[in-house]
Amino acid sequence: MADMIKTATRDAYGKALAELGQEKDNLIVFDADLAGATKTSVFQKAFPDRHFDCGIAEGNMICAAAGASTMGLVPFASSFAMFAAGRAFEQVRNSIGYPHLNVKIGATHGGISVGEDGASHQCCEDFALMRSIPGMTVICPADGEEARMAVRAAYEMEGPVYLRFGRLAVPEFHEKNFNFQIGKGEILRDGTDVAIIANGLLVYEAIKAGEALAEQGINAMVINMATIKPLDEELVLAAAKKCGKVITCEEHSVIGGLGEAVCGLLSEKLPTIVRRIGVNDEYGHSGPAPELLKQFGLSAEHIVEVATELCK
Amino acid sequence: MTLSEKKQLQLTACNVRKGIIESTFNAKCGHPGGSLSATEMFTYLYFKEMNIDPSNPKWADRDRFVLSKGHTAPGLYSTLALRGYFPVEDLKTLRRIDSYLQGHPNMNTVPGIDMSTGSLGQGVSAAAGMALAAKHTGKNSRVYTLLGDGEIQEGQVWEAFMMAAHYHLDNFVAIIDNNGLQIDGNIKDVMSPYPIVDKLEAFGFKTIAINGHDFDEIEAALATARETKGQPTAIVMSTVKGKGVSYMENNAGWHGKAPNAAEYEQAMNELNATYAELEAN
Repeated sequence: MADMIKTATRDAYGKALAELGQEKDNLIVFDADLAGATKTSVFQKAFPDRHFDCGIAEGNMICAAAGASTMGLVPFASSFAMFAAGRAFEQVRNSIGYPHLNVKIGATHGGISVGEDGASHQCCEDFALMRSIPGMTVICPADGEEARMAVRAAYEMEGPVYLRFGRLAVPEFHEKNFNFQIGKGEILRDGTDVAIIANGLLVYEAIKAGEALAEQGINAMVINMATIKPLDEELVLAAAKKCGKVITCEEHSVIGGLGEAVCGLLSEKLPTIVRRIGVNDEYGHSGPAPELLKQFGLSAEHIVEVATELCK
Repeated sequence: MTLSEKKQLQLTACNVRKGIIESTFNAKCGHPGGSLSATEMFTYLYFKEMNIDPSNPKWADRDRFVLSKGHTAPGLYSTLALRGYFPVEDLKTLRRIDSYLQGHPNMNTVPGIDMSTGSLGQGVSAAAGMALAAKHTGKNSRVYTLLGDGEIQEGQVWEAFMMAAHYHLDNFVAIIDNNGLQIDGNIKDVMSPYPIVDKLEAFGFKTIAINGHDFDEIEAALATARETKGQPTAIVMSTVKGKGVSYMENNAGWHGKAPNAAEYEQAMNELNATYAELEAN
């Protein structure tokens, strides 16, 4: 495992835009003075006349992208998750969501793995904000290849999509050109004792946890739920039915994200014991990303602990 | 424009005003004040200036209009109805639970609406995005957006203005309805945005100050905008909030209030008298 290739999903995002830009003339990109960090700079280098920097003005960028989409272009608007989903929430809601415009929001630096920049930049509320917008699709890919496929799928679908990418390099476990489908979860390990449903960088942690649990005789199912909305209800219900216990894992507040989406579904249709692993209604702080993830319990070790306790 | 053209525009503007009163009276709510102040501009844009086709509202190469001050939907709806986008009779359904005429413009329900607006400061950004996209794709479409003078207190408006100038969007025209009043009172008392013209010039706009109720001045300003290359144009129009209905004029109280039955009758009588007078001349 130590020799696995690692990619930050933001890097994959930038490359995917540049790759897709070769095929699709109507793809344009907006950024708000963060092209070097969001990696839209990769697209900018390839297609300078299709990349529009809006300066440090995210609200205007989101609405400008909305306007451009009405002219037949497919804009990807990028900033950090904190500013794209947070600062510009109401612009996304009213100018993209309400008219249901074909804008893709590429938000990087989601979660606490932003690291040293600290709490002001560590957005753990974006799933909650974006999920609450009617008609918004919300995706958080787990590795570089999934990020690439998600960008392509988002382009192909008509309507608003929120894509969350990370800053930290994470292990690549998807095959090239695997079959990614928006709204479909992916069973990475079958099991019967507990279903671990994760997204983003917690998916690989869940895979590792599944292996560790197997050594203890706990047979965990591991699911990658890259699409938070619309949730793959069928798969969640099937997993809950089969395992009887569910753990959700996300680099996001336990409020309003994948965990609550799963709980909302299960409490109505198949009451099941659920443990939510996420950021527990608190702010992050500065520090190296790997250490922060450990400290906040966003790790395979913590998943194993919770699963072991749950399966006693 | 010829005298008869001007007279026709004035008659149409009078009908637009009647539609505003009719719709807000029937809705028992809505925003007549800022609809009436912008009536001549609505009329000129849709009946003379813009390259549009009411029988094909989604025509790709049309000019665009974004009502950034979305609450004045009654003014835009009345203009669109008279221009043939939908039946004038439907204006009476404004804001009803089963009506497509939403309280604020909805591009997915109302024919002729180019952008959903209502949250102040956002429409102008969308319009700038449209202008950018039109230039990028080599379309000749021009993009017009109408803002309130209170609306420009929103910081995002200046972000949009910065972008329009930065990208040399000479197909972009921002029109500011300077009627001087907002919900809480006089704009200079609530939070002064003055000097508006100087600010826009500093932001890189070709800026033109006009009387927003004078069709000759509107025509000249829009012609200047069309001839201006390499920079966007701003038209700051001095207007009277509630224009055309005596008791609504220059009264902030009529920003977001509908006339009652007696007030409706008086307003219609005044507008009918104005119409008859225009026709007789």
